[in-house]
Amino acid sequence: MKFRKLIFANLFRKKIRLILTVGSFAIALVLFTFLAVVKSAFNRGVELAGADRLIVVDRVGLMNLMPISYADKIAAIPGVKAVTHDHWFGGVYQDEKNFFPQFVIDVENHRKVYPEFIVPDVQWNTFVKDRQGAIAGAKLAERFHWKVGDRIPIKTTLYGGATWEFNLDGIYHTEKPDGDQGQFWLQWKYFDENVPSVIKSTAGWYILRLESPDDAVRVAKAIDEKFANSPHETKTETESAFASYFAKQFGNIEFLILTIGGVVFFTLLLVTGNTVAISVRERTSELGVLKAIGFTDRSVLFLVLAESLAIASFGGVLGLALAILTIPGISAAVTGLLPPLLLSKPMLLLGLGFALLVGAASGLLPGIGAMRMRVVNALRRA
Amino acid sequence: MAIPLTYNFRSVKARWTSAIVAVVGIAGTVGVFVAMLSLAKGFRATLVSSGSPDNALIVRGGATSEMTSGVGLDSVKIIQDAPGIARGPNGPLVTAEAVLMAPIPLRSTGTDANVEVRGVSPNVLEIRKGVRIVQGRMFSPGLAEIVVGKNANTTYSGLTLGNTIGLGTMQWKVVGVFDAGGSAFDSEVWGDPHLLTAAYNRPDTFFQSVTAHLTSPEALTPLKDALTTDPRLNVDVTREIDYYAKQSTRMTTLITTLGGFVAFVMAIGAVFGALNTMYSAVADRGREIATMRALGFGGPSVVFSFLIEALLISFVGGLLGCLAVLRLNGVTTSTINFQTFSNLAFAFKITPSLLVEGVFFALVMGVLGGFFPAVRAARLPVATALREL
Amino acid sequence: MVRVDGNGGTQSLVRVRGLNKTYSRGGEKIQVLQGLNLDVDQGDFVAFMGPSGSGKTTLLNLLGGLDVPSAGSITVAGDEITHMSGSKLTQWRARHVGFIFQMYNLIPVLTAYQNVELPLLLTKLSGSDRRKHVETALAVVGLADRVDHYPRQLSGGQEQRVTIARAIVSDPTFLLCDEPTGDLDRKSADEIMALIEELVGKYGKTVLMVTHDPVVAARAHTTLHLEKGLLVEGKASSPQSVLAGGAA
Repeated sequence: MKFRKLIFANLFRKKIRLILTVGSFAIALVLFTFLAVVKSAFNRGVELAGADRLIVVDRVGLMNLMPISYADKIAAIPGVKAVTHDHWFGGVYQDEKNFFPQFVIDVENHRKVYPEFIVPDVQWNTFVKDRQGAIAGAKLAERFHWKVGDRIPIKTTLYGGATWEFNLDGIYHTEKPDGDQGQFWLQWKYFDENVPSVIKSTAGWYILRLESPDDAVRVAKAIDEKFANSPHETKTETESAFASYFAKQFGNIEFLILTIGGVVFFTLLLVTGNTVAISVRERTSELGVLKAIGFTDRSVLFLVLAESLAIASFGGVLGLALAILTIPGISAAVTGLLPPLLLSKPMLLLGLGFALLVGAASGLLPGIGAMRMRVVNALRRA
Repeated sequence: MAIPLTYNFRSVKARWTSAIVAVVGIAGTVGVFVAMLSLAKGFRATLVSSGSPDNALIVRGGATSEMTSGVGLDSVKIIQDAPGIARGPNGPLVTAEAVLMAPIPLRSTGTDANVEVRGVSPNVLEIRKGVRIVQGRMFSPGLAEIVVGKNANTTYSGLTLGNTIGLGTMQWKVVGVFDAGGSAFDSEVWGDPHLLTAAYNRPDTFFQSVTAHLTSPEALTPLKDALTTDPRLNVDVTREIDYYAKQSTRMTTLITTLGGFVAFVMAIGAVFGALNTMYSAVADRGREIATMRALGFGGPSVVFSFLIEALLISFVGGLLGCLAVLRLNGVTTSTINFQTFSNLAFAFKITPSLLVEGVFFALVMGVLGGFFPAVRAARLPVATALREL
Repeated sequence: MVRVDGNGGTQSLVRVRGLNKTYSRGGEKIQVLQGLNLDVDQGDFVAFMGPSGSGKTTLLNLLGGLDVPSAGSITVAGDEITHMSGSKLTQWRARHVGFIFQMYNLIPVLTAYQNVELPLLLTKLSGSDRRKHVETALAVVGLADRVDHYPRQLSGGQEQRVTIARAIVSDPTFLLCDEPTGDLDRKSADEIMALIEELVGKYGKTVLMVTHDPVVAARAHTTLHLEKGLLVEGKASSPQSVLAGGAA
C-alpha cells in the first residue's frame, strides 16, 4: 500500500506530540479497563449467582440459626432437586488482615447444589472421611501457599475463642476463570460436635437447587408458607437477589467511582481527539499540495483517517497492555476487600472499540474538511 | 533580569482555548483526588468519632468486632465492679449491649440494608456523652420503643418519628431521633436489650459488648489489667476510639487504593495534556522566544518564564478542581462496612489541608508538564527562529 | 571608515578578521563565509547586499552574537566576542546590539510601550528611569501617541518604528538591521529609511544593514557586496550578480 510510508512519515514528524497523543489514548484505556474490572468485581456475587438456586434464611435476621430439621422438609417440596446448608465460620487465620470466607458445609449434598466447584474425586473422598478435613479454593491456596496435606489452624471468634485445626484434603477449581476460588470449607459434623449446645443441630442458611428456574417463585412461596407461624419463620429468595442486597449496599461507592471514572474517560478521549483534529488542521496546506500533485479527494480523507486510527489503535493497544500489567497489582492490594479484579475479553474489546471510535471521529471531521477544500485555498493557508 | 509576568498572563489569555485542555485535565485530576481522599477521610472520621478516649470497649477475647463477640450476664456483673470505671448516681457507668443486624430497606434503592440495631442500657447517654436526643425522647426501658440516629432516619425507610416498624418478631415505635455527632452511631437504631434479644430469639443473658466510662483516660490500664487477669473472664479491653479506628481500616484501604489508582492515572493524563499545551505554546511562539533571547534574556529566564506559565495554568486548574468538589463536603452516602457487615452512613469530609494538598498536587503536575517544554524553549536555535515565517 | 581588506587599525568599532562559517545540511558541508574581513568605525552606515544564500544574514547573526563562527575573530568596542561563553554573550548582546528585523518580531500580547521596555528589564534601571528611556525612544521614532497600542492595532510602518525604538532604547553600541523595509510599501519604507538616516546623522548611531533593495542600499554611506563568502566594496562585479542580488 503506497500510502503506508506517507502515513508513518507524517505521524513521526512531530515525535513528541505523537508520543503524548498515543499516551493519552493509552491512559484513557487503562482507566476504562480499571473501571470495567472494578464494576465487575462489585457485582461478582450477582454475576456468579446460580439461576436455579434459592437461599433460605431466618426471617428474623441474617445471623439467626434455623433447625437442621428443616432440611428434609425443604427437600420434600416439589420442584426442589437438592438441598444443602451452610454456616458462616468467621474465624481468623493467623492475623485479622488475612480475611477469607470460611463455610461449614454439608458434605453429602454440597456438590449437588454447587456443581460449579470442581474437586478431584480422590481428594473429595478423603475429605468426606476426614472429620477435621477442609477444602480450599485454588486462589486461596495460592495466596497462602497451601498444599494438600497441610495443617491449617483457624481461631474461631463466633463460637468460643479456641483454635481449631484442619487438614487440607483438597483444592477446588471453578470452570469459569472469574468464579469464586477463595472459599474455605469445613465439615458440619465436626462443627456440630464442637460448638456450644445452643448452636448444635442448626443451619445458618439453606441453599437449594431447583429442577427448573421457572419454579423459583412458586417454590420460594411454598417454603415460606411451610414455616410461617413457626418459631423460625423463613425468607426465601433467589441467589442473585440475595447477592444483590450486598452489591446494592456498596451501591454508592460503586456509583461514585464509576461516574467519576466514566466522566474522566470520555473527557480524556475528547481531549485527545481534539489534539488529533488540530494537528490535521495544521497541515491543511500540505494536504493541498498533495491534491495539487494529483491525489484524489478521497485519498486525502483516507490518509487523515488512517493516521488518526493508527494513533488510536497504538494508544489503545498500549493502554490495554498496561492495564493487563498493572491490574493484578491492584487486585493484590485489595485482596480480601473485593473479589479478584479480572479482565475479560469482552471488556478489552469494548475499550479498544471506544478508542477506535474516537480515533475515527477525530480524524473524520477535519478529514472531510480537507477532502472538500479547494486546492487553491489550501495552498494559500499558512 | 526576568521576563515580565505580564507576558505570561497575557500569553495564556491569548491562547486560552489551548490552555483550557490543560486546565480541565488538571482540574479533573485534583477534583478526583480530593473527592476520593475526602470519601476515605469521611468514612474514617465517622468511625473514629464514634469512640471517645475515656470509654473502654469490652468484648469477648479474640472477637474481631462486636458482631462476633459474646459476653454473658455473669461476666457483665464482674466487669462493672472493676477498677477504673466511673460511677454515677445510679451505679457504675457501664452499658451492656446487644448488637444485632436487621434488614431495613434503603430509601435510595428500596432494597434491604443490614442496619445495626443496638440494645443499650438506660444510662447510655451518660456514657456516650457525644450523643443527644434532638427529636422526641429517649425510649422507656421495658417498652417496645426505639430511638434512631439522624443518618438512619434519613437513609433507611420507615424510621421516622412516630412510625412503627417490625424488627424481629415484634413491632417497635420510633419515639426519638438522636444526633451522635456524625459518628457510626448515627446510622444505628437503639432500644431495650432484653426486648430486642427476645424479638430475635436470642438468649436474654447474652450481650455482645460492654462499654464502660472510665474515671480518666489513664484508667484504661488498671481496668485492662484487672479484667484480662481475672480467671473468670475471657475478654479483650480496648479504648473505644482505638476500636473504631481499627474498624475503618479495611474500607478506608479499599477506597484509597481504588480512588488512588484512578487519580494516579488521571494525573498522568493531565500531565500529558499540560505537556501538549506547553509544547504547542513553545512551537507557536518560537519567534517571540527567539526575539527575547536575541534581546538578551538568557536561557534560565526563558525556562523560568515558561515554568511560571505552566504553574499559572495548573494553579488555576487546581483551584477549579477544588471548587468543583467543595460542594460535596458534608454530602452523605452510605455503604456496607466489611468489618461489621452492617450499613454505615457517612459524609464526605473535605478539610482545608486536603484542599492545600490538592492545589500542591496541581502545581506538581504543572512543573512536570512545563519543564521539558521550557527547556526546549530555551534551547531553540535563535537565528533560525527569528526568520521563521 | 569602512575597510574589507583586513588592514584597518585597532581604532575600529567593529573589527572582523578571517571569518569562516560552515553549515552542514543533509550530510553536506557548505562554507558560507570564507575568511571574511571587515572594519567599521563609529557612526558608519553600511549596507550589505548579495544574492540569496550568499550569507548576508549569517554575517549579521555572527556580528550580533546570535551565532558562533567556525573560524576567525569578531571584536566589537574592544570585546572579542567569538570566544565568549553563552551567558556572557547573552549579556554582551543585551548591552551592545540593537536588532531591527524584517518581520518586526514584536511580542503580540505586549503594548508598544512594553515591547520597547523589554531590553531595559535586563538592566538595573528603576521603573521611572525606564519610563524616561522608553518615552524618549518612542518620541524619536515619532510614536509618542501610540504607547499603549498593541501591535495588531498598528500599521506595518508603525510596527517597524516600534522595533526601531526597542532597538535604540538601551543605547546600544551598534544597530543591526535585516531587511528593515522588506515587508513595507514604498511610502512606509521611505519613512523608515529616513528615520534610520536620522539615527545616524543626528544621533551618531552605527548601523549595519542587510538589504536586497538597491534603492534602500543607496541610503547608506557604504555598500558592500557579499560574493563567494567575502566582502567586496562598491558596485557589484557583474550585472548578473546585481540581478541575482535582487532576489534576496
